[in-house]
Amino acid sequence: MPDVQALNEFVNLLKKRKIEGSQATAKLTAELLRSVISHQRVPHTNQATYLINAVRAVGEQIIDANPIELSVGNIVRRVLHIIREEDLSLVTDAMAGFGMSATSDDEDDVERDDHPALSAVVVAAAARSTLRPPSLQTLLEDVTDSAAIPPTPSSTGDSDGKSRSVEKGTRGRKLKHDVIEAVNELIQDITSCHEQIAEQAVEHIHQNEVILTLGSSKTVFEFLCAAKEKKRSFKVVVAEGAPRYRGHLLAKELAARGLQSTVIADSACFAMISRVNMVIVGAHAVMANGGVIAPIGLHMVALAAHRHAVPFVVLAGSHKLCPLYPHNPHVLLNELRSPSELLDFGEFSDLMDSATSLGSLHVVNPAFDYVPPNLVSLFITDTGGHNPSYMYRLIADYYSADDLVVKQRPTAGN
Amino acid sequence: MDATRVSHSLGDPKIRRVGFFVPESSTTDSCKILSPRHLSGTLPDMQTSVDGQVSSQSNDASENLNLETGIEKREEGEKKVLKSRSKPLKEKTTKAERRALQEAQRAAKAAASKDEGSKAVAETGGAATGRSTKQSSQKKVGPSFPLAADKKAGDRPLDKDRKKDAPPPRMQFDDESRMEKARRRAVVNPTESRTRVELFKHLPQYEHGTKLSNLESKFFHLGLVHPSVFEVGQRYSAGDIWGGNARCVAMLRALQDAIRDYCTDHEKALVRDLTSKINSYVSFFTECRPLSMSMGNAIRFVKSRIVNLSTNHSEFEAKRTLCSDIDQFINEKIILADKVIVRHAFTKIKDGDVLLTYGLSCVVEMILLYAHELGKHFRVVVVDSQPRLEGQVLLRRLVAKGLSCTYTHINAVSYIMHEVTRVLLGASAVLSNGTVYSRVGTSCVAMVAHAFRVPVLICCEAYKFNERVLLDSICSNELGDPDAIARVPGRMDVNYLDNWASEDNLRLLNLMYDATPSDYVTVIVTDYGMLPPSSVPVIVREYRREHLLM
Repeated sequence: MPDVQALNEFVNLLKKRKIEGSQATAKLTAELLRSVISHQRVPHTNQATYLINAVRAVGEQIIDANPIELSVGNIVRRVLHIIREEDLSLVTDAMAGFGMSATSDDEDDVERDDHPALSAVVVAAAARSTLRPPSLQTLLEDVTDSAAIPPTPSSTGDSDGKSRSVEKGTRGRKLKHDVIEAVNELIQDITSCHEQIAEQAVEHIHQNEVILTLGSSKTVFEFLCAAKEKKRSFKVVVAEGAPRYRGHLLAKELAARGLQSTVIADSACFAMISRVNMVIVGAHAVMANGGVIAPIGLHMVALAAHRHAVPFVVLAGSHKLCPLYPHNPHVLLNELRSPSELLDFGEFSDLMDSATSLGSLHVVNPAFDYVPPNLVSLFITDTGGHNPSYMYRLIADYYSADDLVVKQRPTAGN
Repeated sequence: MDATRVSHSLGDPKIRRVGFFVPESSTTDSCKILSPRHLSGTLPDMQTSVDGQVSSQSNDASENLNLETGIEKREEGEKKVLKSRSKPLKEKTTKAERRALQEAQRAAKAAASKDEGSKAVAETGGAATGRSTKQSSQKKVGPSFPLAADKKAGDRPLDKDRKKDAPPPRMQFDDESRMEKARRRAVVNPTESRTRVELFKHLPQYEHGTKLSNLESKFFHLGLVHPSVFEVGQRYSAGDIWGGNARCVAMLRALQDAIRDYCTDHEKALVRDLTSKINSYVSFFTECRPLSMSMGNAIRFVKSRIVNLSTNHSEFEAKRTLCSDIDQFINEKIILADKVIVRHAFTKIKDGDVLLTYGLSCVVEMILLYAHELGKHFRVVVVDSQPRLEGQVLLRRLVAKGLSCTYTHINAVSYIMHEVTRVLLGASAVLSNGTVYSRVGTSCVAMVAHAFRVPVLICCEAYKFNERVLLDSICSNELGDPDAIARVPGRMDVNYLDNWASEDNLRLLNLMYDATPSDYVTVIVTDYGMLPPSSVPVIVREYRREHLLM
């Protein structure tokens, strides 16, 4: 397969954490999946399942490569969802076609009339059940679903097999084409999410506001700049965001754009929050319950904002919406980075030698914090502002229930 | 100038109390209601606790009284005349710490005036003590309106007493007129920072690094400043001495040296002269680095001891008592207090605990080491933050002593808080509304601990308790060197802010302290035992009384 090399390369980059930021990762993932789909030789029958399986196989690998980077999984799920959706729309189109052909064929052979109509209904029902968000019905039909789809073409195919297979072939190519088109749209969405979020800036930032942010986020930068371009003058307090100190960079860039920015140490967040009107931060991922996986330190800021009744606003592109629930987020969805960011190894190496020193020394340098939904006032996504409690619904629009567990499914099923 | 007047004025306090509705009956309280003008010589409390506002307050008080009676108005006029006429009195009323800046610059002038004053004292035949100066000033009031003087003096203390409870207003650095005056007086003359943070205009914001060179070049011009005071001041501004206790002890030792080497001019009163000397030293310290609240308390103590000196001591004896008093303060209020705190806090440590501490607090360090020595098995989480990174010092010491430690930075505090069973924090001061004023970041740690339902123990010596109140960390704070924010030690890759000063819109803010609201504090461990934050005002009051009697 030609895309194996690209896949391995991408997996390597993910494993080595060479790709920074969920937007870049999401984009690369989508591009990789697009190439996977376009290189896939689709059989005549059952293309959707085939494509889904192919994407899943790749998806499993890249999710494993960096399980912390949730946007990879999000994009894999969304591509799966796209395939299902395109398949459904083709099926419904076909069903309409069947209906047409059934009426035209009406006079020729009446006895065959009920047969395709019945099968079309079955197909449509099956397709619908694969696509819809979780409901009791889907859960019950889920088992029969995969078994139900394959027989239908064969049952319909026996009578006019040849003409159907030709039609299927064009449909298969059309499905692939449609899916790639849709993935392109997704990539477009990911690229433009900053602008779409930034467009809403004027609605949220008024004159003379003092805004606090921690660390650096491209989304936040664009958001603030957009407000600045609309002639709003306001001040930004930037907490430096140890141990990466990206806040320094953000403050410098904001100052270069003419925004009055003040850099503070992270420890001064609580002291400053009483003079701040709004906290605007970026997120790493937004979970289905409205909780946020955010850069380290934001839980502290969120608590301080909560205490002082300062709105805590999270900006997140839709590729950051993750359909999973954080059950023990501090343990599961975190990553411990190198201690060298906190302690100079040379300086403390004598203490780390267990033979000479009596005590033990651990250095904890987690990368992410979990901010529970009750501390978040508002999410601003590219589709508008949302309450944390609404996130699950938004997520249901983007993902289909079958894909929630990409990882275990293929290993168990295949 | 005659004997009757003297006796009258001496008896005054008791006479004056009659007929005024001051309910106090204890000796200390009766002392409190007396006017400092009349009794400053004998009353340490007045002298010390009114501190900064003596001069301004006496004016305020008299203004209030002006509304009441014409006699008092006349008296007020008399007083003004008196003020301008008698330099010693003026010397008295400007004892305040804030006003003490004045002394540094006007030393020569003041010295001349003091000569004049002490001559007047000498005339009365009294010894060169505060008591005699009090008499001399008393006499000047006495002759013209003895009755009015009495009445007024009785009225004023009431007002005073009430006002005394309010802490003296701090120097506000956005007050242009006062700043102008202060600048003229200043010894150090640091360059004002070009990039001042708007929100903190009321706090001093100077270019860091300019202070030190200025200081060094001025050593020989500063005839007033005792060498060891100068040294300590320099080390303050260089950041050599930090931590509340260390700074306080260093200051007290320097003052001790200065007292030891002090020698009264034969024409001056030891009490007044030494107090003014101390004031000038204190203002010098303040210019080097703003005093912490605990240091303010210690200075108050020293001044009260000076004012309280027995009149019949020789200079040598007086100096020796003072030095031993200071020693006693250091021993009892700092060293022994720490030991007591360690004992108290130890009872709260169990086997298997995970204790979290933030930054470097020497008391907390002592507690951890003590518990470890006594064989408790626990783990320590050291939380640290930019720009001081004091935690690394603590970490090094603890690991070397064999404790098992986890090190992390303040952003990760909510990550690590799951494991933690106790949070031990130090404090720079505990204010009477229960607010804990401590190194910046303490409030964040306490807040996260509160959110995770982990008890927060604040370890703080009682001499750091202050009657001031604070609601946030903005109104009263200290700003550190902004460059410290831009540099990250050991991280060469973080260089985004290398020439931040050239950016017009960029400000760096290095706050030194923050205020932790009392509801985040579970218990305050002091040398008086373990208290809830709501008991702080009680301790402040009791402590002040004890202070008086000592």
